[in-house]
Amino acid sequence: MNLAEYRRAARAWLQENAPSDDHPEADGLTRVKEFMAKLYDAGYSGITWPEQWGGQGLTQAEERVFAEEARHYTLPTNVFMIGLGMTGPTIVDRGTDAQRARFIRPLLRGEEIWCQLFSEPGAGSDVASLQTRAVRDGDQWIVNGQKVWTSVAHHADWGLLLARTDVDVPKHKGLTMFVIDMHHPGVTVRPLKDMSGRANFNEIFFDNVPIPDEHRVGEVNDGWSVAVTTLLHERLSISAGVGMGGQKDNPASLEALREVVDTSDPLVRDELVELHIRSRALALFNQRLAQETKAGIFPGARGSAAKLLLAELAMYQADLGTRLVGPEAALADHPLARAISLAPGMALGGGTNEIMRNIVGDRVLGLPPEPRVDKTVPFKDLKVGTQA
Amino acid sequence: MKLVLSQEQQELRAAVRGYLSTASPLSKARQGYDPQVYTRLNGELGLPGLVVPEEYGGSGAGMAELAVVLEETGAALLPGPFLATAFTALALTQVPDKELLSGIAEGRIAATIDGAELTHDGAAVSGVLPRTLSGMEADVLVVPAHGADGLVMTAVELAGPGVTRTPLETLDLTRGQALVTLDAAPARVLGPAPESGILDRLRVALAAEQLGVMRAALDAIVAYAKVRVAFGRYIGSYQGVKHKLADMHCKLEQAESIVRYAAWATDESPADLPEAAALAQAYVGRACFEVARDHLLLHGGIGYTWEHDAHLFYKRAKANEVLLGPPRIHRARLAQLLEL
Repeated sequence: MNLAEYRRAARAWLQENAPSDDHPEADGLTRVKEFMAKLYDAGYSGITWPEQWGGQGLTQAEERVFAEEARHYTLPTNVFMIGLGMTGPTIVDRGTDAQRARFIRPLLRGEEIWCQLFSEPGAGSDVASLQTRAVRDGDQWIVNGQKVWTSVAHHADWGLLLARTDVDVPKHKGLTMFVIDMHHPGVTVRPLKDMSGRANFNEIFFDNVPIPDEHRVGEVNDGWSVAVTTLLHERLSISAGVGMGGQKDNPASLEALREVVDTSDPLVRDELVELHIRSRALALFNQRLAQETKAGIFPGARGSAAKLLLAELAMYQADLGTRLVGPEAALADHPLARAISLAPGMALGGGTNEIMRNIVGDRVLGLPPEPRVDKTVPFKDLKVGTQA
Repeated sequence: MKLVLSQEQQELRAAVRGYLSTASPLSKARQGYDPQVYTRLNGELGLPGLVVPEEYGGSGAGMAELAVVLEETGAALLPGPFLATAFTALALTQVPDKELLSGIAEGRIAATIDGAELTHDGAAVSGVLPRTLSGMEADVLVVPAHGADGLVMTAVELAGPGVTRTPLETLDLTRGQALVTLDAAPARVLGPAPESGILDRLRVALAAEQLGVMRAALDAIVAYAKVRVAFGRYIGSYQGVKHKLADMHCKLEQAESIVRYAAWATDESPADLPEAAALAQAYVGRACFEVARDHLLLHGGIGYTWEHDAHLFYKRAKANEVLLGPPRIHRARLAQLLEL
């Protein structure tokens, strides 16, 4: 099938099968799982993934065509995104054949939901300083500890867990990656409300949870290199989505604000012009990155610049919108009140603005690294998290 | 929309960059205009004729190619009438004139353009042009003038009778301006002045030069941050410096994207040109000055000396930011185009 035929088929399938309402996930898990199974059976889930493990074995070109067609719809796939974007590719890249055979097809078909368990209260930007322990016990490992900021954990069947397996070596050298059963009674998932009042993520507690050694991903104490694989996939999946979504639902967009503010006021006009300039600058940068990717130029760490700019724009425009609208924006059910509450999230999730600036500085501009005091010290002697 | 350079455009960039690095290194820029460098720019590279249509002996290239060249001349802070001649060639693509276009393409004529509207009596123009870009170096001035047939574009030989030129001391040491007084100076009518399109093209071309200025300024301070040590560390390892440089890089990425877009709009999508041109000046003009400013400041005290090159970038960036009018006019234009 050539690309034009592929596009026609994808378009026809989406017309027939994509949900027509704006919030297709409102009906809960059953309906979204049914949709994912249909998507997989039609060949549109795991388009570029290896055929051997349940993917379609096609190229980026087909994936891009499908994404372009799907952009006209709101597909109910959010709950599967961690699996599809991060943990699944990690299993494909770094797992054993037995793990690939066991996990990939159910993941692609939406039968099993995944979450990612890296961050901890004491280990955010510096995730390698995490303290959750996995201790070997014969053919299995026993896990104790706590994770945080875990999206979709309350629905998850499996989690990709990074845990400490050796405290006598420097922090990056004593970590191991596992697949953990989220249904084990020793796993407690507690919803964590974010500052907007929503519970979009969770905190997770592990109390003597056993993991069979066959669910270890990669070598013992080589978990950091596996995590780097996962984080690379995370940045790719974030920057691939950057700038793709429409602004029509954003109450702080120029399109929305011009309807509710007095545009005959020259001061207001100038603020809106500034918003236009910043939005266009970032949108064009994202389009250029996408065109480069198509041309085979891998954006690499420059994706972190796009992510930083998106976070800054989100903060700026919600802030501007509330200032232009005035007192009514301070009532909780006003769309701009929600926007200003959600805005900081973008600057924190997926790497803070400060970490993005470090990445741009180190990897794009090639600046000298910050001197490190934590690279050679055994973990047990290291100060981590919040300590007086 | 095309935002990525083609193979040919990358080769053009490499050729211009290679030429300028030997013929006009930064150490020479502060010495001002070198006619020999400009002659070779014509002869070896044929640059001033880049956008001149092939029927007049030029390369018939578009704004996308000219932007690539202007980025490099901007990065080199090339002194002399190249930008003024490119401006004029762009204007003449809208009011074609065989003599001037072929003269520019052959490298015989350095030209400049001024927006001040003069009066025209049928054979000569009169008026005062207080700040004409590269007015001392240019051979020909293209200028609009009011006459019996309305507003027309005219061409004046600057070495001819009725023309008095006085060099101005400019903020930007690397590019001059002149006070030009025209007292019944013989002028040839090129045709009716187009209602629109010329100024937008100049805005886009200037943004391309600004992109080059900001890229070179950022490169210079990044290189310095990798070798300068303070408190036992390279200054580029401090987040106070590194994060500022990262923000400057973000501005550069966006500026390049806008310049490619505006060049594409000029060549391929005229309906988008007014918005793209206003956006280019509103964003890139400001970003260029901010990057040049921070590049100077991050150098520390040495950046404040006459001897160091930092102030050359800083002053070129400021002179460029205001060259086509106070920046608020670009913002006002955007507001108008957005129908705010």
